[in-house]
Parts: sequence; C-alpha cells; structure tokens
Amino acid sequence: MFIQTKKGLPFKHAGSVHAFDKEMAIQNARDLYTRRGEGRGMWVVPADAIVAVDPSDDESFFDPSNDKIYRHPTFYELPEGIKNM
Amino acid sequence: MERLDLSKFCIRLGDSCLIMAHRQSEMCSKGPFLEEDIAQTNLGLDLLGQAEALLIYAAKLEGKGRTADDLAYKRPERHYYNLLLTEQPNTDFAFVTVRQYFMSVYLVKVFEKLATVNDEVISGVAAKGLKELKYHLRHYKMWLVRLGDGTEESHQRMQTAVNELWMFVGELFEEDDNDRLMVEEGYKFSGAEMKSYWTDIVLSDIQEATLTVPESDYALTGSKKGIHTEYLGYMLTEMQYLQRAYPDAKW
Repeated sequence: MFIQTKKGLPFKHAGSVHAFDKEMAIQNARDLYTRRGEGRGMWVVPADAIVAVDPSDDESFFDPSNDKIYRHPTFYELPEGIKNM
Repeated sequence: MERLDLSKFCIRLGDSCLIMAHRQSEMCSKGPFLEEDIAQTNLGLDLLGQAEALLIYAAKLEGKGRTADDLAYKRPERHYYNLLLTEQPNTDFAFVTVRQYFMSVYLVKVFEKLATVNDEVISGVAAKGLKELKYHLRHYKMWLVRLGDGTEESHQRMQTAVNELWMFVGELFEEDDNDRLMVEEGYKFSGAEMKSYWTDIVLSDIQEATLTVPESDYALTGSKKGIHTEYLGYMLTEMQYLQRAYPDAKW
C-alpha cells in the first residue's frame, strides 16, 4: 500500500493490507491508512507483483556505490526556490 | 396550518444516525478480520459525528437549554425518534450489512437534498456527511454483492437478513404533517419520490447480489411517535448507563 502525500510527489510505501480482490484492497487501505489526512493519492499493489532484492544479494547490489561520492550532486549549489529535490 | 418544526426534523435524523453509530460501535472487536473491524468502527464514528452535529443544532433550535448530550443520554426510549430499521440488532454480519446498506442508500438521498437548502448549518452538515455516506454505500454495496453472490451459506444468510429487515423499510417513506411541511420547504424528498429513488437503486443492487426482496409490502412503523421495537430499550440501557449512574460526570 503506497501513499502520495501531495499531488506531484512520489508514492511511498505505508504498510500492508489483507484483501481478496482489488476493490476490497483499496477500501481496506482507505480505512487503515488515510483516516487522518495522510494523502491525496493511493496505490495498492499485490505483494507477489513486487520484485525485491534478496537480502543475501545486498553486497553486490548496494555496496559498489559506497566509494563513488561523485555520483551525488552535492557539488552543485541548488538554485533558490527549489523545494523538492 | 401547523408551523414547520426544524428541531423535530433534526432530532429524528440525528437519532437515526446516533443509533446506527451505536450499532456500528458494537461491532468493535467483532469484525470478521482486522481491516473490516477498523472499517466498521470508522463508519460508526462518521455517523456519530453526523448525529452530534444534528443534535447540537436541534437543541439550539429547540431553545429549552438542553445540550446535544442531554438529548443523547437523558431521553427515555419513548422520546427517541430513530427509524425502527436502525435499531435492529447485529444478529450476524449479514444483518449488519443489509441494515446499513438499506440506510446508506436512504441517507445519501436525504443528505443530497439537505446539502442544497438555504440554511448554512444544515447544508454544511449535509455536505460533509454526504462524502462519508457515499463511502458507506460503496462499502456496504460491496459486501451485499460479495456475500449475496458468495457461498451457499453467505447467500442464505443475506437472504434471511433481507427478508427479516424488509418490514422496516416502509417506514423510510412514511410522512407526517411536519414531513409534508419539510417537503414543501425543500428540505426533503416526498415519501413517494424517496420510495421511487430508493427502490430503483436497491432492486438493481439486490439483483446483482442474486438476492430477492419479499413480495409483501407490510411495514412496521411507529418511530415518529416514539414507539419502538423491543431492541431500543436494551441499547439505551447500555448507551446511557454512565449518565444514569453518574449524572453530568466530567472527564
């Protein structure tokens, strides 16, 4: 279950729900996760449709980037007025 | 000609919302699974909010110094005016579904009309409530179809609930003099209009759920005069216990 807090922002994972089909999934997600004004957009995706990295593969997926700080745009000054980057 | 009594109208509608809210609150911790349990109490809180707003306004219009809490917790059974359908017990999940579904179809129409009236309090309460009630209708229609067109047992239970609750439907379209004045002033659909709206929607959904409605149109009524089925007294005993045991308790 993914929530978008404002139009234009990315959807973020918020949690899980149980359901038998799409309509029940979106209703259950609404009743569990959007009761307090958390968002304006919502996706619910079946867990088996998500491809995840096996934790045992962490090293080869994530570690090679550790020594490549030049990939971060930290050497640029952000222009004023940019809010979401 | 009799004068229009807006306070009475608000009390009747507020009482129906309040009693529905209480029936929903009784489902807390008894839902068939966690998500639905939370949904049930959520919907109950929506109805409680609508009841509170309507009873606050009713008390103000009445002008006798009573508060919404006085109305909710200090009236005996014979001074309650909720529709008989709303007080019918949570016999099983099928009864909860059919009762709240029938009422949701009705309340969406009631609130749609109220959202257009030239009274800021009423139209404000109705506009807010309408957003909530449209979801109630969506939620209970989903269960109506899912369980009606489900297993042999779920179908049977749903059909039983429809059969047992059907005699309380006629009261939704009943009118007394005050209702007729409210219709003239544009606060309400007439009983005939409401019956036609309600029946069209319900018959189509019932058919989708592979259920049928009883042929008899016998209707048990009485709530407009404060006459209730045996169930309301038990509900009020529980609901009003704290105020009766510790009058005006503060927390």
